[in-house]
Amino acid sequence: MTNDTKWTVDRRKLLAGMAAVPAVGMAPGFGHAQATSEVNTTGLAVTDDKVTVGILHSVTGTMAISETGSVQAEKLAIDQINKSGGVLGRQIEYIQEDGASDWPTFAEKSRKLLVNDKVAAVFGCWTSASRKAVLPVFEQYNGMLYYPTFYEGLEQSKNVIYTGQEATQQIIAGIDWIVKEKNPKTFYLLGSDYIWPRTSNKIARKHIEKLGLEVQGEEYFPLEHTQFNSVINKLKLRKPDVIYAIIVGGSNVAFYKQLKAAGIDLSKQTLITISVTEDEILGIGGENIAGAYACMKYFQSLDNPNNEAFVSAFKEMWGQDIVIGDVTQAAYLGPWLWKLTVEKAGSFDIDKVAEASPGIEFTEAPEGYVRIHENHHLWSKTRVGKARLDGQYDVIYETAELMEPDPFPEGYQ
Amino acid sequence: MPERIAFLHRKDVIGILILAALLLVVFPLTLDSFRLNLVGKYLTYAFVAIGLVLCWGKAGILSLGQGIFFGLGGYCMAMFLKLEASSPENTAIQTTPGIPDFMDWNQVTELPWFWEPFHSLGFSLIAVILVPVIFASIIGMAMFKRRVGGVYFAIITQAIAAILTILIVGQQGYIGGINGITDLRTLKGWDIRTDDAKFLLYFVCCFLLLGSIVLSFFVQDTKLGRILVAIRDKEDRVRFSGYDVSNYKIFVFCFAAALAAVGGAMFTLQVGFMSPSFVGIVPSIEMVIFCAVGGRLSILGAVYGALLVNFAKTALSENFPELWLFAMGALFIGVVMLFPNGLAGLWSAYVAPRIDQVLGATRRRNAITPIDPAATPGE
Repeated sequence: MTNDTKWTVDRRKLLAGMAAVPAVGMAPGFGHAQATSEVNTTGLAVTDDKVTVGILHSVTGTMAISETGSVQAEKLAIDQINKSGGVLGRQIEYIQEDGASDWPTFAEKSRKLLVNDKVAAVFGCWTSASRKAVLPVFEQYNGMLYYPTFYEGLEQSKNVIYTGQEATQQIIAGIDWIVKEKNPKTFYLLGSDYIWPRTSNKIARKHIEKLGLEVQGEEYFPLEHTQFNSVINKLKLRKPDVIYAIIVGGSNVAFYKQLKAAGIDLSKQTLITISVTEDEILGIGGENIAGAYACMKYFQSLDNPNNEAFVSAFKEMWGQDIVIGDVTQAAYLGPWLWKLTVEKAGSFDIDKVAEASPGIEFTEAPEGYVRIHENHHLWSKTRVGKARLDGQYDVIYETAELMEPDPFPEGYQ
Repeated sequence: MPERIAFLHRKDVIGILILAALLLVVFPLTLDSFRLNLVGKYLTYAFVAIGLVLCWGKAGILSLGQGIFFGLGGYCMAMFLKLEASSPENTAIQTTPGIPDFMDWNQVTELPWFWEPFHSLGFSLIAVILVPVIFASIIGMAMFKRRVGGVYFAIITQAIAAILTILIVGQQGYIGGINGITDLRTLKGWDIRTDDAKFLLYFVCCFLLLGSIVLSFFVQDTKLGRILVAIRDKEDRVRFSGYDVSNYKIFVFCFAAALAAVGGAMFTLQVGFMSPSFVGIVPSIEMVIFCAVGGRLSILGAVYGALLVNFAKTALSENFPELWLFAMGALFIGVVMLFPNGLAGLWSAYVAPRIDQVLGATRRRNAITPIDPAATPGE
């Protein structure tokens, strides 16, 4: 942190927010650490003045471009927590491991963090495949994972807190909004070929059909696919009212460029995506996607004081040109939620943290306000953004209420 | 010690004993259970590397698709374990209890027919070997009978690896898609996730590996092994001498596939899941690199190659999370440029002659000294 004055302002604000959270101030002698033997009965890496956590993301390989933002957000949050006094009076130290975009490596590294390093929590994973690879490890060695990505649901674990949205939160509100706004009759669903897009499209299809509307087609492409000409021809032929696109990673660049080259103008053709954040637009180019709608819980342009403080702290730490996408914000929530939970539980023990998690509120969240549900997912609002030429989104709609997370939606499976 | 024991040269026997001591004594005594489990994982790649020594080093058939067989072996094992982990009690929260979780997520409501036989452990163990071997023999017959070889064969194996990956990824309701088959728990009621189980599985893996090494030495020493080398050096001459070259090639290709499959099955048991990321082009090429680093002509060298490369991968990625891939790249380039015959080449060029020199000198001295000390040549 180079600018000290700026920091004081942020910290004051953060501390003010913390005061609103019950239990934090009640820890006996806040600022005075409790005895380590009391707060750590299971042999985690906690000493009288520090606690060790793990960061486990891909910083190499194809996923690095997406996961880097999460690493940065987690480091920022840890830095801020340390400056505001740490967790139960202990400074957080982190051990960073590289998952290398490779699922078995994720499993290997998570085992290392839990067994060798005895970390008190892990902030990490991005793709569903990496989460599925580490989940048995976390359950076996009783670790705590804070997982930031929006994902397909159908999962719930004592050992995971899901700080991103599960599929129904992201999808249903978005479709309801577009139906009200544009009154479409037909949809065309696209996606990359793995579990998240497939499950999400299944939920979308069920919901669209429930509303009495038509799904004209549903198509999947391998990850890293770059030739979208044939599906673009189909889109030109069938002329769906709404294109629903869940294409991920580098494929997006080819898809949106080829759409534009084929003469499909997104200011006239409605396209809604749940997979393109500001991070992806960096690669796609604002001019190729301007006019498209995205449905998620956070946009960098969100107008509230929490977000202003977050964006400026993030830029200060990582550079002025950086952009912040939905998952990056969700990753930022991880360390804060963990801190609040540990202080409510009065202990670093995994069992107590897991038990204390439901009901934890984070009022200083950049996205506004979040609360942990009993199923370890977050209550959060869903928003619709419209892509601008400069690569940012204008937030044009947000749900009035927090959306309840429902990882096992009935009637949608 | 005699110069030869059955089909093993003296130096091979010494090499195997040193390796066995390293794997069975040194590692278990010096490493904690996490590191030992990692070594166990590396050793599963050594199976593939040994197969490649015979297939590529000896017979000259470069396969860039060994991941196919590693994956098939691993998947056969994983299917059995997954069925056991998906008992109706364990999967009570699913819409259809009793089927693997990923099927339930994909609205598959009935166990597909090809999963049924994997309820049986016996069938699964046979399938681990047989499925890849049958697949390899089909590829082999289609290619070698038509005299497709060299670069074309390598490209085709690579294409098959890509096809298989796409197939697995695309059929996620039936074989788990890109997530693979995860959350494997028990083998006939024996929890494979505990430290004790991992310890035992490590030794099972070591013994299978040592067995495979001995078997490979045997194959190498038979007439068949010598014909393979002849095929590599001058295929037409072997053919004109009346041998059916393609049958030999099919055999060695299937042999390498079977070894890779055993490695895959042990991988699944030790790591606890299987995914298409071991089947595709990149892992297949990595497996060739293990073999190249170890020395593609040396069976024992391949084991050390697999250990060294994977150890470097773990160590570098733990210490330099953002730079380690560059270091790995440098390691490969360095080895290939400076030591084209890998670790084994390094050993036979520099270390072995010294040892011989020392041993030889002692022996000579012992032999010569009593007769005429003055006559000993001043070396």
